[in-house]
Amino acid sequence: MDRRLFLKSLTGTACSLAAHPMMTTVTLAASDGSAPLGDHRLVVVILRGAMDGLDLVRPTGDPLFARYRPTLSTTQGPDLTGYFSLNPTLEGLMPLWQAGQLGFVQATSTPYRDQRSHFDGQDILEAGTGLDLPDGTVRDGWLNRMLQAVPGLRAQTAFAIGTSSAPLLQGPAPVSNWQPDLRLDLSAQSRLLLDHIYHDDTLFREAATEALSLTENIDLSRTNGRTSPPTGGPLADTDRLTDFAADRLGQDTRIAAFSLSGWDTHRNQQGGITPPLRRLERVVLRLADRLGPQIWDKTLLLAMTEFGRTVAENGSKGTDHGTGGAMLMAGGALRGGRIMGQWPGLDEAALYQRRDLMPTSDVRAWAAHAMRGMYGFDRALLESNIFPGLTMGDDPGLLA
Amino acid sequence: MTQDSTTAAFRFGYGLPLPANAPSEPASMLAVLRGADTMATKYPGPQLADLTETLLRADTMLRTSRRATGEAAKTARQDYRQAIARLEGVTLLAAKTTIARALDAPDGFRERLVQFWADHFTTVARSRRDSPLPATLVEEAIRPYVTDRFADMLKAVIQHPAMLGYLDQSASFGPNSRIGQRRTKGLNENLARELLELHTVGSGYGQDDVTQMAELLTGLTVGKKGPTFDPRRAEPGPETVLGKIYDGDKLETVLKALEDLAEHPATAAHVARKLAVHFVADQPNEGLVQALTDAWRNSGGDLLAVAESLLTQPASWSRLQEKARQPFDFTIAALRALGLDGADVMRMADDAFRQMILHPLAAMGQPWQRPPGPDGWPEAAEVWITPEAMAARITWAMDMPSRLVNPLPDPAALMTTALGTHLGERLAWAVPRSETIREAVGLVLASPEFNRR
Repeated sequence: MDRRLFLKSLTGTACSLAAHPMMTTVTLAASDGSAPLGDHRLVVVILRGAMDGLDLVRPTGDPLFARYRPTLSTTQGPDLTGYFSLNPTLEGLMPLWQAGQLGFVQATSTPYRDQRSHFDGQDILEAGTGLDLPDGTVRDGWLNRMLQAVPGLRAQTAFAIGTSSAPLLQGPAPVSNWQPDLRLDLSAQSRLLLDHIYHDDTLFREAATEALSLTENIDLSRTNGRTSPPTGGPLADTDRLTDFAADRLGQDTRIAAFSLSGWDTHRNQQGGITPPLRRLERVVLRLADRLGPQIWDKTLLLAMTEFGRTVAENGSKGTDHGTGGAMLMAGGALRGGRIMGQWPGLDEAALYQRRDLMPTSDVRAWAAHAMRGMYGFDRALLESNIFPGLTMGDDPGLLA
Repeated sequence: MTQDSTTAAFRFGYGLPLPANAPSEPASMLAVLRGADTMATKYPGPQLADLTETLLRADTMLRTSRRATGEAAKTARQDYRQAIARLEGVTLLAAKTTIARALDAPDGFRERLVQFWADHFTTVARSRRDSPLPATLVEEAIRPYVTDRFADMLKAVIQHPAMLGYLDQSASFGPNSRIGQRRTKGLNENLARELLELHTVGSGYGQDDVTQMAELLTGLTVGKKGPTFDPRRAEPGPETVLGKIYDGDKLETVLKALEDLAEHPATAAHVARKLAVHFVADQPNEGLVQALTDAWRNSGGDLLAVAESLLTQPASWSRLQEKARQPFDFTIAALRALGLDGADVMRMADDAFRQMILHPLAAMGQPWQRPPGPDGWPEAAEVWITPEAMAARITWAMDMPSRLVNPLPDPAALMTTALGTHLGERLAWAVPRSETIREAVGLVLASPEFNRR
């Protein structure tokens, strides 16, 4: 085949590819400046492995707490409410607490009960369903269902970031997935030929098309004018992830989701929970810094986990899988400086199955109120489509 | 049913080309599986017993370096680093060994079964010191049993130090045991829960079963001479798991419970489905799942009988490539297609091996022996074929072959030798239109038909 003719036929291929929504949206991202979701940014962080909410925000005002946890409550962190105190590792977040840009929910959980499996627990957290739906009927995540309710979205409106995939954002609505710092150096011809060979396989076509366009379009040297330098050391990966999220949120992206793992502290929790807490703290502080005050003021970060852990420490200075847990919220858009949710208490009779913190709220309700406050979604839509079967209850007034 | 060699190589092995005279239909593949484990002899794997001294040395030196001062501390630190380097060397060698076996095995089915069971009983090293432990578990508790009874594999795995450490069993004590009372130590239910949820029945148990199982397991520990039962840490009294009462604080009681779990009908159904999903399709044919479940139940969990059923079901030979090759399988298949053999991999310098194999595996989403949790690697194609993973696969396909072989294979020939009857029209059209041989080879290895199975 004559080379010119050949390129033309390939251009034909590229055009038909462009008709695919993922490709179209990426192509249009530069020219179309309108943002269907407005100015608010929602960042959802999934804390994989069941974070111990009682170690995050400690009910140190109750003498029972020290009795349940003789080795886990020996350090003293900053006071929050006189009854609750913050894990000392998170001391760096106190300025945000004082500024009303940090808040917590205690004793919350998904509708998941009793089996205490990480895997089922995370599935339910990300699917955003109750337990009344038969297995496998809901395959998309709640953040994606929220996006499906917004017309005219482009793929780069929402980003799932990082190597561990985020089921939370998976589904029919266009979403971009990316891991910071990936490059793809290809000749123009190879790009065209790759487009050609992936054409008939939807899964490969979508993944490769997005990989090819993102490596062309993303310039990671942009920093929105902020200058905190990239760091080395154990937090370097967290920083890259956060910087990427901040960069995208500084532009057209309105929704970002990623996960932080390492919370499954069955043994020697005091040492084991420190690295993931440091990462969580770093994400919050660095995101605030990189976004700058103007965008941070429009930002709400929700960090949630599949379930909490046992109230009493176990036989190896750790905690086992429990039920009620905690949620962390941060952002300039938050009316924070408070601990939300109804506190059930630590008396043995008040515990769930005499073992776990009794959940007094549905983790989905907090997310639903956040989405309603930020984007104005209808209560009925939230309670039926996005979180099937949820009763949102009274508006906690999450937004500043 | 057509049992073609392309399907055999993609679905039950590590890809094409198959070595000369390699079996590619059920009867001969089963004959090989029944025969001797030739790869274990050709490339011996790590044994925990050979590492005991080094592990002990690392622990001693670490303690000394913390207690001592001055020159003594410095020497201890040096010795500690040496021990760790040796252990990490063993880990790297074990990774090479796994790949060498996969490349040289007659049809690859035994290696694929080992990989499946190693994933079913996932362990992850907790530290650099522990880095070789997962490979020793595979070598000692998985590999010898892939054609044996599941119950025997289960018992070997649950008693193996790698598993006892990974799922915290070594930190679990009966609260009313002698040690538990004296040192106020207690229960840790991590292993008990995963034993029920992941390793055996999968469903149909409650929190009480988990707690009782945890109490039942409390005697298991690692002694100076390996796995043992220590009655001083075992919770006294009988335990009830899934309605059966286990009485007697001794190893036999624990093993009886493991036998019962292995023979539980729910275990057969749970693991049979996993096998069908892993080997055949993410949404497997229900007839296939049922046949595997029946073969399991009828044989009392004889894994050879289950493998035979897997190889002889018509649904197992569907020509559809519904699954994605996981990054590890993709890498082996690529090395095989490029003509590398086990000896080539064993010869590779450590740095080259890390750069060309281990780092790319991580970029593709499958860091070597570091799955996200005790449930091992996910199966669904959508999880593996993501934009970031595809970028890493394309990069490997384009860049690594020219660093691995010289000269590069003829791309037109490679299409057929690597893909057999899976070669599609679009790829056949595109390959000759590449600007360079390097890119043409890259296209073949990055193609959907090469990345699926």
